[in-house]
Amino acid sequence: MKYEAPTSTKDAVALLAKNKGSAYVLAGGSDLLVRLKGGFIEPDLIVDIKRIGAMQEIKKTASGFRIGAAVPCVAMGESQALNKAWPGVVEAAKLIGSDQVQGRCTVTGNLCNASPAADSVPALVTARAKAVVVGPKGRRTVAVEKIPAGPGRTTLTKGELIEAITLPAPKPKTGDAYLRFTPRTEMDIAVCSAAVSVTLGKGGVVEEARVALGAVAPTVVLVPAAAKAIIGTKLDAAALDALAAACRAACSPIDDKRGTVEFRTDVAGVLAKRAAKVAYQRAGGK
Amino acid sequence: MAGVHVSTTINGDPVEFVCQPGEVLLDVLRNRIGLTGAKEGCGTGDCGACSVTVDGRLVCACLVLGAEVEGRSVTTVEGLASGGELHPLQRKFIEHAALQCGICTPGFLVAAKALLDRNASPSEEEIRYALAGNLCRCTGYDKIVRAVQAAASELATDATRKSGKASGSKSGRKSTKKQVA
Repeated sequence: MKYEAPTSTKDAVALLAKNKGSAYVLAGGSDLLVRLKGGFIEPDLIVDIKRIGAMQEIKKTASGFRIGAAVPCVAMGESQALNKAWPGVVEAAKLIGSDQVQGRCTVTGNLCNASPAADSVPALVTARAKAVVVGPKGRRTVAVEKIPAGPGRTTLTKGELIEAITLPAPKPKTGDAYLRFTPRTEMDIAVCSAAVSVTLGKGGVVEEARVALGAVAPTVVLVPAAAKAIIGTKLDAAALDALAAACRAACSPIDDKRGTVEFRTDVAGVLAKRAAKVAYQRAGGK
Repeated sequence: MAGVHVSTTINGDPVEFVCQPGEVLLDVLRNRIGLTGAKEGCGTGDCGACSVTVDGRLVCACLVLGAEVEGRSVTTVEGLASGGELHPLQRKFIEHAALQCGICTPGFLVAAKALLDRNASPSEEEIRYALAGNLCRCTGYDKIVRAVQAAASELATDATRKSGKASGSKSGRKSTKKQVA
């Protein structure tokens, strides 16, 4: 196995492109190194992207934010601008692992690890985040929800890596929130989760909404029917019930020791309701 | 397999080592450098027994490659005491009997130090959240939390005394001036 730490995205892509065997990108390593040590993967090449300047910073851009692929989640928590703009994204990123893991883990890694239970992904999806993918054929920008293909699988092709995640600047009166269910308060993986973002119009009426669920299907699920259920409302009880029903209809979870199909489906609705209320409040709704 | 040559700083000292590309920092520290304070509990980033800081960030040394610390600054539990004098956290852990078997203790000390460095007076809840990545199977955590609280309040008292002394001497100078005037 070779270890390389290139200092530019171009060099990283070139290393991945010319490598004949199995190659892995190392950002925080909180998933990759566990798999390496467990013998689940036998890489011929590991490309550490933490020496690439542009991948290490959170940048405010003309259109919003650019979070470099090597930015640890703890740094997202430290960014006041990001907290203010997308509190739901930050609270989701901050739920991944312990302080020790926070110092290493990245939202790009969380996305590429492609776990259905990835905490940061539903919130990124509702915030309309995009992944900047770089590969031998150049750069392309894709919606975050297009990256996971199934548990542990992504739509990235050989030689491609994600350079950054971009977030738009939120429209005025926008709020987002992420909630998950875990038996423990810390250091646990979501049994199911929900993210909601809303933008309010006149009189506190929801004008735009996005609802995404985690750990209830092979990949994150964006639920347009759930968004539709609250658009045009002020989150009255009937609207919230319709939101929950739409979420439950979108669930196709597995049964495992951490939660049954019935439990996950029911709780997804409950969490979506609660997350919608928090997002509504953060948007300035009363 | 070719080794990777790494130049880094560990507990303030420049260190050079050669390690395998897939070798984790924890193994480098323990087997190559001889710093056995960081312990391997789980090896998967769940227990925190191998907590160290890299460029000031708290991490699990079992989930960092040795090759990654080229040019970085690593601090381990061995770097806590200075000049043969224990860090207040270390003293308070002993005074409060915040350890039994001791395997988790180095990790708790490094994580608690990282907490107090960014939040000098954490609430009990903040302490418990900050130390959630450190597992202890002996103490039940209460004594550890008490020890961290005691160390925080001692460090705060020391800081006040120091700043008090400084301002005291300042006002002393002022009054001297007044007397002169």
